[in-house]
Amino acid sequence: MTFVNWLKRRLVVIAGLLTLGYLLLPVVVVAVFSFNKPKGRFNYEWQEFSTDAWRDPCGVSGLCGSLSLSLQIALWATLGATVLGTMIAFALVRYRFRARGAVNSLVFLPMAMPEVVMAASLLTLFLNMGVRLGFWTILIAHVMFCLSFVVVAVKARVMSMDPRLEQAAQDLYAGPAQTFLRVTLPIAAPGIAAGALLAFALSFDDFIITNFTSGSTVTFPMFVWGSAQRGTPVQINVVGTAMFVVAVLLVLVSMTVGNRRKRQKA
Amino acid sequence: MATVTQSPPPAPAPAQAPRAKPPRKRGRRTPYLLLLPGLLWLFVFFALPVIYQASTSVQTGSLEDGYEVTWHFATYWDALSAYWPQFVRSVLYAASATVLCLVLGYPLAYLIAFRAGRWRNLIMILVIAPFFASFLIRTLAWKTILADSGPVVEILNALHVLDVTSWLGWTAGDRVLATPLAVVCGLTYNFLPFMVLPLYTSLERIDPRLHEAANDLYARPSTTFRRVTLPLSMPGVVSGTLLTFIPATGDYINADLLGSTDTRMIGNVIQTQFLRILDYPTAAALSFILMAAILFAVTVYIRKSGTEDLV
Amino acid sequence: MKTTHDTAAHGGDVRLTGLGKTYGSFTAVHPLDLTVPEGSFFALLGASGCGKTTTLRMIAGLEEPTAGTVRLGDQDVTALPPYKRPVNTVFQSYALFPHLDIFENVAFGLRRRGIRSVKKQVGEMLELVQLGEQAHKKPHQLSGGQQQRVAVARALINHPKVLLLDEPLGALDLKLRRQMQLELKRIQTEVGITFVHVTHDQEEAMTMADTVAVMNGGRVEQLGPPSELYENPRTTFVANFLGTSNFIEADVDTRSGDDIVLKAGGGKLVLPSARNSGPTAAGGKVLLGVRPEKISLVPADDAGRIPEGRNRITGRISDSSYLGVSTQFVVDSPVCTAFEVYVQNIDRDHRLAPGAEVVLHWDPAHTFGLDAAQDADAGVETVGEEAV
Repeated sequence: MTFVNWLKRRLVVIAGLLTLGYLLLPVVVVAVFSFNKPKGRFNYEWQEFSTDAWRDPCGVSGLCGSLSLSLQIALWATLGATVLGTMIAFALVRYRFRARGAVNSLVFLPMAMPEVVMAASLLTLFLNMGVRLGFWTILIAHVMFCLSFVVVAVKARVMSMDPRLEQAAQDLYAGPAQTFLRVTLPIAAPGIAAGALLAFALSFDDFIITNFTSGSTVTFPMFVWGSAQRGTPVQINVVGTAMFVVAVLLVLVSMTVGNRRKRQKA
Repeated sequence: MATVTQSPPPAPAPAQAPRAKPPRKRGRRTPYLLLLPGLLWLFVFFALPVIYQASTSVQTGSLEDGYEVTWHFATYWDALSAYWPQFVRSVLYAASATVLCLVLGYPLAYLIAFRAGRWRNLIMILVIAPFFASFLIRTLAWKTILADSGPVVEILNALHVLDVTSWLGWTAGDRVLATPLAVVCGLTYNFLPFMVLPLYTSLERIDPRLHEAANDLYARPSTTFRRVTLPLSMPGVVSGTLLTFIPATGDYINADLLGSTDTRMIGNVIQTQFLRILDYPTAAALSFILMAAILFAVTVYIRKSGTEDLV
Repeated sequence: MKTTHDTAAHGGDVRLTGLGKTYGSFTAVHPLDLTVPEGSFFALLGASGCGKTTTLRMIAGLEEPTAGTVRLGDQDVTALPPYKRPVNTVFQSYALFPHLDIFENVAFGLRRRGIRSVKKQVGEMLELVQLGEQAHKKPHQLSGGQQQRVAVARALINHPKVLLLDEPLGALDLKLRRQMQLELKRIQTEVGITFVHVTHDQEEAMTMADTVAVMNGGRVEQLGPPSELYENPRTTFVANFLGTSNFIEADVDTRSGDDIVLKAGGGKLVLPSARNSGPTAAGGKVLLGVRPEKISLVPADDAGRIPEGRNRITGRISDSSYLGVSTQFVVDSPVCTAFEVYVQNIDRDHRLAPGAEVVLHWDPAHTFGLDAAQDADAGVETVGEEAV
């Protein structure tokens, strides 16, 4: 009976940890197989331990080129989506204007639409306009689908902001421009940063829309997709593992720095 | 963001200014200037293509001779009658994945919100960080995990689970890969964070004192959960469900990488029609049907769950 | 802080002329004429939703009036945006900038006006509010009382002609609030700037302000020094909102000299005619009011010892509660149920217990008369209102 009771009380914790295991299992597999030395072209079965891939991550032709292209696109798409999305979010929260509902739906719809539909539609437009597919079409598409997510993130932050802070700034001789620069923007910054981070992750990892709008240009996800058909080099796992580790480290470092700063001030 | 400054304050009125006119106008144009670039972008690269898509779907012609709008609605009928199994399959797979995500994700979100203590941040990072390792690579890892001679399949076989799932048509023989189960498993895996995060957000907002109050008022833990926690987390359930179901329905990567020709979803069909067969009207009609179906389902769902302020 | 006297000297009064605000069909503030004399501590007192905050925000420029003008001395500032008005505000819940430290919060206004060397001034100001040590903390690291003082410092450093305070002590606990009341009063005396203070707490208004305007339903009900408002209220709202009042419905009987004689129940009560805002003609209905602490209470057996010329009524004690400083009695009388009486605990008479027959008596000079046509319970705080 005691064991049943013990289990009962910890049921949620155990179930939650199992789900977490489910989420992390593929990452672990990716990391382990980055040290594999596969026999054939595919890296799906464990053969023997090797650090070859880690010592030569760019050893596969096209991999590092696609990686840097993806990074570039993600950076520019983040910049574009963040600027445009922040402006929309401010307009939606801070001003009353006509056609508010229409604006809201235009922002919401891209999130409620399967990517394949958006991708197909955009491709139709590009083909009919006779645009050459490549870097620019990918960038345009990425800004488009990241924008809505930025709007949502920034909107949440701006909405929870006390309007009295801006009134206080005005009361203390800050004109509209000064109020925005000195008070509104710094306070909205965490929301903008969250939106930008989300946009970066979405853009960097996007496959479906890129697949439709890239023409013969190869981004990193496209490279992985291609290799899944032809043969998966171990270097893919190296990149995946490295990205995961870098992401975790970045978050941990920023958190410890934040904590230490807080403790120093207190 | 310079547009914010576009409302120069009018010169201060002299002391004897006539009182008839309103004191001062705050920039009426400002919101429109803020909205313009972003909305223009969305209009040109989102709304316009969708409208264009609509017109493509009723065009006829060929790649060589060009297409013309002939209001050929039969394309819709042909597409539906040819590909209805893929439609049904997409909805079934997506719905199964969504339910699985909810069942798996809720305990994890609950754990992070109420039970994790000082581990909370670490678990959050572990949930989010895989986002940054390409999802294609992670999906490919499932090929290893579910491999025919791998430990997962062997254990399931030993427990005779695969006999049951085969009988149900979820798996085929001794294999998990290239079966519906593998596709649903991949979909669930891919969209699980989209369920966990909104659930966590709405659970985290619940004041823990409400649990104490419920306990104090004679509610057993299970009753507390049913009467207090679950209703209060409904906004998270609703948005998590939407965030999972919508992309899962249109997904074709899991079906492609983990499935077989028998598990093709509607996304695979659209992709093939567009990029390989180049039958644009059929592809456009299929996208349009998918879009309409999803919008309809989402609207009904949001109305029913009574959380319209969600969006 | 001596320099502030120069600025204030030219500032003059705050003059509101016909100032009103409507939202659609709802009138938040009825056209209002009000002059706040220079250098005074002025309080706008009222329950939530009475229009006091709207009035304050119109002076600050944060709300556009729909009618009337705001003048500071000779200058009409009605059309000026907040950042061009020589007026500063201490906001409700302070509105300290969370991303700036205390020093930068206080320096904010100076910097926006292009003043480069702010260090000395900010230092002095932080000393004035006793926060010199905390200059480099963030607002959330301070206690409520400290945040409140930062808000005051941030506004005062700009030497405004008028300092507006919007429920500045509302978020503090009782003890700290008392302390801050005295502190604010001290600062006001020291800098000599006109303070306009909005509050729903009558004790706060009475402790600090030279002049109090009691607002109700978008209008000023009565305006005057706190003692005047308390001793001689002219409406039941004021009588009930500031402290507690007992009311007896009475008819005007005769005049005798400077007094009016009223009939209530079987007895006669005297009211100085100067303290009557109700009808004066014989037969007119008057609400006769008296404050609980003005009343003496004796057992019916001792009624003979009551001096001549005092108003008296009889009753029975229905309830008593011991409060340390005083004992609070509730007396049922034929002319008024639930008469409240506060008796100082000097010589406690043990015969004064629930059920005892008693005589209440007080000096007629403490009586006030109101028009009986109004609601005797207006302005009484109910449990529901308090929760707001």
